[in-house]
Amino acid sequence: MIALLEHMLIIPILAPLLVGAMQLFLGERRGARIISSLASVLVQAAAALALLYMTTDAMPDIWTEGVGVYAIGSWPAPFGIVLVVDRLSALMLLLTSLVALSSLVYSLAYWDRVAPAFHSLFQFLLMGLNGAFLTGDLFNLFVFFEVLLAASYGLLLHGSGVGRVKASLHYITVNLVASFMFLIGVAMIYGMTGTLNMADLAGRIMLLAPHDRALFESGAAILGVAFLIKAGAWPLNFWLPTTYVAASSPIGAVFSLLTKVGVYAVLRVGTVLAAGNEETSFIDVGLFYGGAATIAYAVVGMLASRQLGRIVSYCVVTSTGLLFMALGLRIDALTGPVILYLVSSVLATSAFFMVNGLAQRTRTHRIREAADVAPLPDLTYVGFDITPQDPLSPKDEVGIAIPAAMAFLGLAFICCALLVAGLPPLSGFIAKFALLRTAVGHSTDAGIGWHAWAFCAALIATGVATMIALTRGGLRLFWTSQGRTTPRLRMIEAGPAAFLILLSVAMTAGIAPVMTYLDSAARSLHSPDVYIRVVNGTREDAP
Amino acid sequence: MELVLALAIGVLTACGVWLILRPRTFQVIMGLVLLSYGVNLFIFAMGRLVTDRPPILDGRHLEAAQYADPVPQALVLTAIVISFATTALFLVLLMAARGLTGTDHVDGKEPDS
Repeated sequence: MIALLEHMLIIPILAPLLVGAMQLFLGERRGARIISSLASVLVQAAAALALLYMTTDAMPDIWTEGVGVYAIGSWPAPFGIVLVVDRLSALMLLLTSLVALSSLVYSLAYWDRVAPAFHSLFQFLLMGLNGAFLTGDLFNLFVFFEVLLAASYGLLLHGSGVGRVKASLHYITVNLVASFMFLIGVAMIYGMTGTLNMADLAGRIMLLAPHDRALFESGAAILGVAFLIKAGAWPLNFWLPTTYVAASSPIGAVFSLLTKVGVYAVLRVGTVLAAGNEETSFIDVGLFYGGAATIAYAVVGMLASRQLGRIVSYCVVTSTGLLFMALGLRIDALTGPVILYLVSSVLATSAFFMVNGLAQRTRTHRIREAADVAPLPDLTYVGFDITPQDPLSPKDEVGIAIPAAMAFLGLAFICCALLVAGLPPLSGFIAKFALLRTAVGHSTDAGIGWHAWAFCAALIATGVATMIALTRGGLRLFWTSQGRTTPRLRMIEAGPAAFLILLSVAMTAGIAPVMTYLDSAARSLHSPDVYIRVVNGTREDAP
Repeated sequence: MELVLALAIGVLTACGVWLILRPRTFQVIMGLVLLSYGVNLFIFAMGRLVTDRPPILDGRHLEAAQYADPVPQALVLTAIVISFATTALFLVLLMAARGLTGTDHVDGKEPDS
């Protein structure tokens, strides 16, 4: 039993890989696709919950100190690739599976019928996400990044149309360039230290000669730039709002998680590389100012947008900026609230993309016809041997519709707005309040630095700007009567959005255990010695 | 040998960056291809430049110094496959964009129209 539980760590990668590959051979059988996809996501959620439970040291005979390691093929680190789970990665796995579950159920109403490859691509995206959260090897991190990006290229184009193709051109180019920078950074780090295993790397940095150290740090900086581009930090985030608006709404909901992979990578790699190095480095300074510039850009963009989808996309950018600014302060106590804010903002923006997709249906005439439901050219159907479906045919209108659709939409909109802007009483407020209190409460010998004050100002300013932008968007959406109709909302569309909002409500109600867990996750991040010891321990355990 | 390789990587990367910043999709894809060549050579060079040394243990030599570093060679293989696949995808997208927008400008419309 114990031996089996140790293999739990690879399930979040294996399940979507096998299911996604299997689905390629299912042909036109949509039912089998749906069942296998749902089963795979549920298995991932169960595995994530089990891992979360195991990292709380509930089972001391398996893992201790909240870090679990799995040497793939029993090759010990640093010679083989290891998967490592700690409290942060277990939490991210759970978040991924919950957002994926809601988005998948939402897509069953319409979007998964548009093209047969949807379910496979979705599973591969999940595989990339889970792998990126679990891996303990820098190059393996690159591979999983590419897996999730390749799947996201396909998913962004899902549904075709001019808008999506134009957005994809920019999205793919920027991300490919970022991937090249990732490779350059990884190669430089390998060239200087001779290892790619993060735990092994931490030990070898100390042994670097001073003249090698400069080269190593430039490699780390290039790697950091690649992470920042993926996370959507200014100045390389102009593609982000266009892309997220162009994507179909369930895909937009998952994409709001993708930017946070970059934040996770900064947290993970940053804390391991900074082990035993106390002074503020140029990377922290870059994070702080980069975050501030991102926030400024997002606030201006948000106030200038008219479409609700664009406003929500800018909210994604704002949260990235705030996270980086907070990390740039280099206050260890801030990491717990930072993770809380990350989780809360992912839940909120994912739900918001779904609500936005539903709200667009209140229009009586389809304004953005080309981007939303453009049929593929006839040749595509012939080439791929699939039958075209009329996206608005009456037979699609099956399923249980929910009563009081407008009331639901309005309520969901208000909840999402409160969450994103960080107003009481939902978890967005608690996260922002915790950030503020920790930033101000952490006084050094010289008092509270101006950096902390700047961060607080930015935090409050983004809340105000978000509220203004969303109020305007809400007014236009709900209180202009011209050209509006009461839409028909189905249970499987409204349910997932409500589920994500209820998760945030539940997180608000049970904030004490959540915060305890997050603080322990933050502590284990800032004492990477345990992580390093456990990973290097595979060498002795190996048969 | 070092100088030649360094110059080659530099020229490839510079050409790649310049082409990526051009407004036509075909130039961008050529830029991405050149950049990937530059990056792949760079990864390879990070395993140090040596000649006449095998990367795989063959039992004839006993010291590690008599072998080339096999890790960058494995990495470069992965990187080649990935960049090849993404270039193919980008090529499809380029064709789709040309068909749907009627122009090969990266923004989907001519700047003056």
